[in-house]
Amino acid sequence: MIGLIDYGMGNIQSVINGFKAVKAELEVVSSPADLSEVDAVVLPGVGAFGDGMKNLRKLGFDHALREHVLEGGKPMLGICLGMQLLASNSTEHGKHEGLGWIPGEVQRLKNPGDGSIRIPHIGWNDVEVKKDQGLYKGMPHTPTFYFVHSYVFKPEDQDVVSGYCCHGDEFVASVEYKNIMATQYHPEKSQKDGLKILTNWFRMIEKC
Amino acid sequence: MLKTRLIPVLLLKNGLLVRSESFSIHQIIGNPIHEVERFNHWNVDELIYLDISREDHYDIGRNDAKIKDLGGALGILEAVSKTCFMPLTWGGRIRTLDDIRARIVRGADKVSINSQAFRTPELIRQASTSFGSQAIVVNIDVRKHEDGTYEVFIDGGDTATGMSPEVWAKRAEEYGAGEILLQSIDRDGSGMGYDLELIEAVSRVTSIPIIALGGVGSFEAYSHGVRAGASAVAAANLWHFKEMADRHGKQALKRAGVNVRL
Repeated sequence: MIGLIDYGMGNIQSVINGFKAVKAELEVVSSPADLSEVDAVVLPGVGAFGDGMKNLRKLGFDHALREHVLEGGKPMLGICLGMQLLASNSTEHGKHEGLGWIPGEVQRLKNPGDGSIRIPHIGWNDVEVKKDQGLYKGMPHTPTFYFVHSYVFKPEDQDVVSGYCCHGDEFVASVEYKNIMATQYHPEKSQKDGLKILTNWFRMIEKC
Repeated sequence: MLKTRLIPVLLLKNGLLVRSESFSIHQIIGNPIHEVERFNHWNVDELIYLDISREDHYDIGRNDAKIKDLGGALGILEAVSKTCFMPLTWGGRIRTLDDIRARIVRGADKVSINSQAFRTPELIRQASTSFGSQAIVVNIDVRKHEDGTYEVFIDGGDTATGMSPEVWAKRAEEYGAGEILLQSIDRDGSGMGYDLELIEAVSRVTSIPIIALGGVGSFEAYSHGVRAGASAVAAANLWHFKEMADRHGKQALKRAGVNVRL
């Protein structure tokens, strides 16, 4: 069973619908105690980093996720803010500490100030795949996904990166680190290529 | 490289889809749920729904429209999001943070705020702090006066504000808006093409994406909007009355040298 963490950050219905389209049922998990019931976890998230961490902590998900995912090895898929929260900290509206599972910082995309790049980065963009045996298995080399964000995750160790995207500067589109995978883009909103990502992740965890 | 988005706008009035002209004439053209299924099938880049109802009542009793009682606009949003695997922006009648939350919870990725954002810009700041700037679109409706000056109007085009679109757009960005949906009232339903001067003026003073809306009558008009500075090009009526509106629109953009997702 896959648990979808409901910590009051955004659009969980889209994620449920996306997984339903690839024949995977998600169970909404609103209490950390229920994490022992699930085999894998999806951490979604739309919104500001500070609020996201505050909500995770308030509900006790920060400790529970550490226990079940980071230490317990349950597979996790983070989406958008769900990826950024893996970082050590973020500079969105002040400095905020993150889960710190993958060392690195979340920073605002650079605005060159000449009108060439508009931020937020909103829309469809190509991802250059670096790891093609996980989330991107069997996909074209530069699939296209929907992004909607102003901040990006800069991990210290680039080996965790499975795909890059570019908007002014190159930035991390996805990470795959042991049992932890995450995307900056929204696979649940990225139609064919996005649903393929969800299918690939679902197949991987079925084998676990 | 980021691709230019081509966006259908669906206007919802009292529970039914309508076609609009000059913000005043609204003809009923169909069912809000069926239309989203068609767009889904086409893989459109993004979808914007604007609820332009003035009253709380929904015309759900029409047998010819075959619409079940969906419990108003939020019910429609919920039903739409179930079949919508593309990004969805929902606008209209949004006045509070709770209104925004109610729409995001039901499947909207972004919300578009118009009159209330103008009246209390603090709402933009609070909303962008809670939901992130990327989820907050500020919708600006603009009329061009006979002397060539532009003025922002709110309340569905009824109330003049005395403010120029450049000033308001810049201020909305400072308050934390993530995008501007820039609509020309005069061009609405005219088919005369975008108001390019307006798009140029607003994009010059902002650094967030601008979605151009109002006036598209032919697929060629899209690329003019892009050249004027729009990050995304939107239209409403055209999507209902032209065949293969998505593919032909994308092809016209591509022919004009614009990077699109085909």
